[in-house]
Amino acid sequence: MPEAPIRRLRWPVAASLLRKGLAMTAIDDVAALEAELPLEALPLDAWHRAKGARMVGFAGYHMPIQYEGIMAEHSWTREHAGLFDVSHMGQLTFSDETGGASVDAALETLLPSDIKGLKPFRQRYSMLLDQEGGILDDLMVSRPGVPGEEGGAFEGAAIYMVVNGATKYDDIGWMIEHLPDDVTMNHMADQALLALQGPEAGEAMAALIPETADLIFMQSGPFTWRGVPLWISRSGYTGEDGFEISVPGDSVALLADALCELPQVKPIGLGARDSLRLEAGLPLYGHDLSPAVSTIGADLGFAIQKRRREEGGFIGHARVQKELADGPGSKRVGLKIEGRLPAREGAQIYAGDVLVGEVTSGGFAPSVGAPIAMGWVSLPYSALDTALEIEVRGKRIAAAVAPMPFVPHRYRRKA
Amino acid sequence: MSRYFTDEHEWIDVAGDIATVGITDYAQEQLGDIVFVELPAEGTTFEKGDDAAVVESVKAASDVYAPISGEVVEANGALEDEPALVNSDAEEDGWFFKLRIADASELEGLMNEAAYKKFVASL
Repeated sequence: MPEAPIRRLRWPVAASLLRKGLAMTAIDDVAALEAELPLEALPLDAWHRAKGARMVGFAGYHMPIQYEGIMAEHSWTREHAGLFDVSHMGQLTFSDETGGASVDAALETLLPSDIKGLKPFRQRYSMLLDQEGGILDDLMVSRPGVPGEEGGAFEGAAIYMVVNGATKYDDIGWMIEHLPDDVTMNHMADQALLALQGPEAGEAMAALIPETADLIFMQSGPFTWRGVPLWISRSGYTGEDGFEISVPGDSVALLADALCELPQVKPIGLGARDSLRLEAGLPLYGHDLSPAVSTIGADLGFAIQKRRREEGGFIGHARVQKELADGPGSKRVGLKIEGRLPAREGAQIYAGDVLVGEVTSGGFAPSVGAPIAMGWVSLPYSALDTALEIEVRGKRIAAAVAPMPFVPHRYRRKA
Repeated sequence: MSRYFTDEHEWIDVAGDIATVGITDYAQEQLGDIVFVELPAEGTTFEKGDDAAVVESVKAASDVYAPISGEVVEANGALEDEPALVNSDAEEDGWFFKLRIADASELEGLMNEAAYKKFVASL
């Protein structure tokens, strides 16, 4: 597929032209254009196939949906440690000539979170908002070194950011439009990303790199393994303790093999990644989050620290401020479902005859032993235990607004 | 008794005027862990190709079509308590429903086991 890289590079340009209203007018045209792009291979492609993975198209790449089966992989991760290839995600760095001051100031105009106050080696959940406060993407930002000092990871970048795979080219286009010229953004297209998740992840990671045992949740740092530079953070998206490991693409197979040789670790596909994150109550961009919804409605207000709420100065602040004062029109909620019939994305939610919302993620929850869902309902119906009904194939099934997470988080926090 | 297969990965056992319908081992393997099966009510009549049942796996919901026309005389109640039977024994205990065959000529175009195996191998 020699033409693939060229076509992909054109996409952010097309997307940014679209936003400016200069090119095509229908979103469908762009979606169709994107759907036509050939799928690309990630660095671990052959590795997954050799492990017996079933591959599917996801976010523009061939990715493993499962190896031995979603239920078995899900349970293995909850009990031991699962290794996930998340190399489709976008890994970006931001640098400047002012010891990080320009980067921090610029990113605070794009992100609602406190970037200036982000300490070295700490990580923070944030998002990109559009002018109306709609969510363009959710992401992680971290500080890969001590500002102004030599020796930070990623060639001294001020900020390292991980964005979603399906949205990365849109994100890049959006940020190119909005970042000042003295900030350099670098897309590390050849960098792979692994997630090691589960109660035995700490033990497994320490078997390779003993120093990682000191990391606590949302802390990160540079490590070297067999001469390979790694950036490891204690974080993830399953609700379990675990790590995300940024590794050069040409060394990722070596690292994946070393991890999977440990008795605690098995490779886990996208299928279980989805059921695990749903049980953990974590929203999935493109499903539970989109430009049509807001941060406060999504119950992600924790990502906007007090100073930022008060001072504003970021794109989308007006919506945040208004919804903090008046409440959002609708809210993202957890839904527990009676019986065994799963309610899936797109199923409509009713209170009596009134259509009050829609399921945005749903399925059978292996660790709960029942179907669960996440959805958006209008504010008056969003209180815990509100009895609702979900329409599945013409039938109404009973549901109720439930607390999230559905399965308790087991992050390793400070003792 | 003879067994027929469809290109929608269903099997049909025919005994007299009763057809027992299920999905093939290949189908269950493709669907993955099955967590719910929605079966038709007794007395429902189907035209060939109608939506007859729904299989919910961890991944997705999939329709099962009526491979031939007929009236449902029995549904496999065991699947309500144990949908995973479809994974463990798709082509025997994991059957879906039994139909009283309306038009036996509809069986004519279907595959036998050897032809179905060849079909699966070609996928």
